[in-house]
Amino acid sequence: MPAVPPPAATSFDRATVLRGEELAHLGACRTCHTVRGGRPFAGGRALRTPFGTIFATNITPDPVTGIGRWSPDAFKRAMREGVSRDGHFLYPAFPYDHFARVTDDDLAALYAFLMSRTPVTARAQDNRLDWPFGYRPLLAAWNLLYLQKDTADGADRGRSLAEGLAHCGACHTPRNRWGAEMGGHAYDGAWTEGWYAPPLNARSPAVQPWTADELFTYLRTGLGTTHAAAAGPMAGVARELALAPEADVRALAVYFARLMADAPAAKGHGATRDAQGDADRMHPEGATLFAGACAACHEAGAPMMQQGRPPLAWSTPLHADAPHNTLRVIVQGLAPAPSRGGPSMPAFGNDFTGRQLAEIAAYLRTRYTDLPAWPNLEQIAAEVRRERRE
Amino acid sequence: MISLTVNGTEHSVDADPDTPLLYVLRGDLGLDGAKFGCGLGQCGACTVLVDDRPAFSCLTPIAALDGRKIRTIEGLGTPDRPGALPAAFEAEQAAQCGYCIAGMIMRAQALLERNVRPTEAELRRHLAPNLCRCGTHMRILRAVRRAAAAMGGEVQESAR
Repeated sequence: MPAVPPPAATSFDRATVLRGEELAHLGACRTCHTVRGGRPFAGGRALRTPFGTIFATNITPDPVTGIGRWSPDAFKRAMREGVSRDGHFLYPAFPYDHFARVTDDDLAALYAFLMSRTPVTARAQDNRLDWPFGYRPLLAAWNLLYLQKDTADGADRGRSLAEGLAHCGACHTPRNRWGAEMGGHAYDGAWTEGWYAPPLNARSPAVQPWTADELFTYLRTGLGTTHAAAAGPMAGVARELALAPEADVRALAVYFARLMADAPAAKGHGATRDAQGDADRMHPEGATLFAGACAACHEAGAPMMQQGRPPLAWSTPLHADAPHNTLRVIVQGLAPAPSRGGPSMPAFGNDFTGRQLAEIAAYLRTRYTDLPAWPNLEQIAAEVRRERRE
Repeated sequence: MISLTVNGTEHSVDADPDTPLLYVLRGDLGLDGAKFGCGLGQCGACTVLVDDRPAFSCLTPIAALDGRKIRTIEGLGTPDRPGALPAAFEAEQAAQCGYCIAGMIMRAQALLERNVRPTEAELRRHLAPNLCRCGTHMRILRAVRRAAAAMGGEVQESAR
């Protein structure tokens, strides 16, 4: 589509821009389109995918390196069809398969918001993709197979948002070998950048039920007081949803609480357990390390526990099939966004060796769940520690 | 008995294996540079280096430290012959009450040993886990910049 002169920031109606800002939070655009510590929407963040590394683009209105010369129609086509203004195909790491369901009005508001930001000159690095995925025309076939243009049923606001702008399935739905979400496995849980995004349906491993109120609080604050703190990519999403329209976040919470209504926890089958004796016997080194490093906050009666934080027995990561989230949280800790409150945990990646991290994880799994031991713990712990040490 | 290597010297310590390193440093080894602040890994006053990386010694049980290299502020020189960072902190008068300073210096030491030419953004991000309640942050940053220069490097302007 032809380049157009960049529209003046003042040419947009203020109410539309503000609406666009709320929608941008709902879509959590900046979680991918901003590099850590960088200017919002200026792109550059690396996304690791099974096909290689993709760098998020600059979506500020810079005329050369951003989208400053994009017309509303070019923006709409990119959002709905995954085609850039100059006609090249975008990769579905950009979830246009979800944005295809966003309404015209919402797209117009998002356009007004983005085009009225301060332009930032920043060119994204070239993607580093495995052969043959660097060849973009292949995406024409992908779009033919996987891009559905049906609009969501607008009667259920939560569902429309989840399937559309909020693009929850992009992380929580497993993908097939071509990177397309598997329709029959919506919200079954999936891997995203080394984190496991847990199931949001009857397969949820949560111990306590996810009610609409609990979900709403979690999505707005990043802390589910009967589950866990948001970590990894979800921490950034929760920071965005804190600024999204409250009614929309509530609609999402109501929708996902309904999807999880048949999960074991909702039916009262969730088990809460503290087998400290068994765990001490089976993992004495883990018990010692836990006592010295973790107990000051996580043991019953600790100051943190008196602030209504979830006991580890309710922690979803400990009940997942893979240990990665548990290990990542221990290694990286949790940091609230600057100037916002929220759960904070020190990073322990320098304190412990991979073997020691594995001992702690094995101890936690035995003490707080009745699930089988995680396999290959030491190897996974060493990998996680190597990847993200301070 | 647990064996700990602190500032290049090996010590045998008779303490429970879940004892935090900080208590052993201050109580058993007489190294009282690292401070007890919160005891929860939230303030950084107790920061030391474990295998050249910063760690909160208030939450690091000595059971984790067998065969590993521990370094404290006492290992960075003496009052008469201070290392680059302590000297720079003194020159910039970066301490007000001084309680956080040993931890600040150790965390900064870990950064400058690995990269003597960090950007300003990297420096600030690296020091973020350590708190100063007097508000001398700008002096602390100046001191680290001065030390980087003294070590043959430089803290570089960040790209915007």
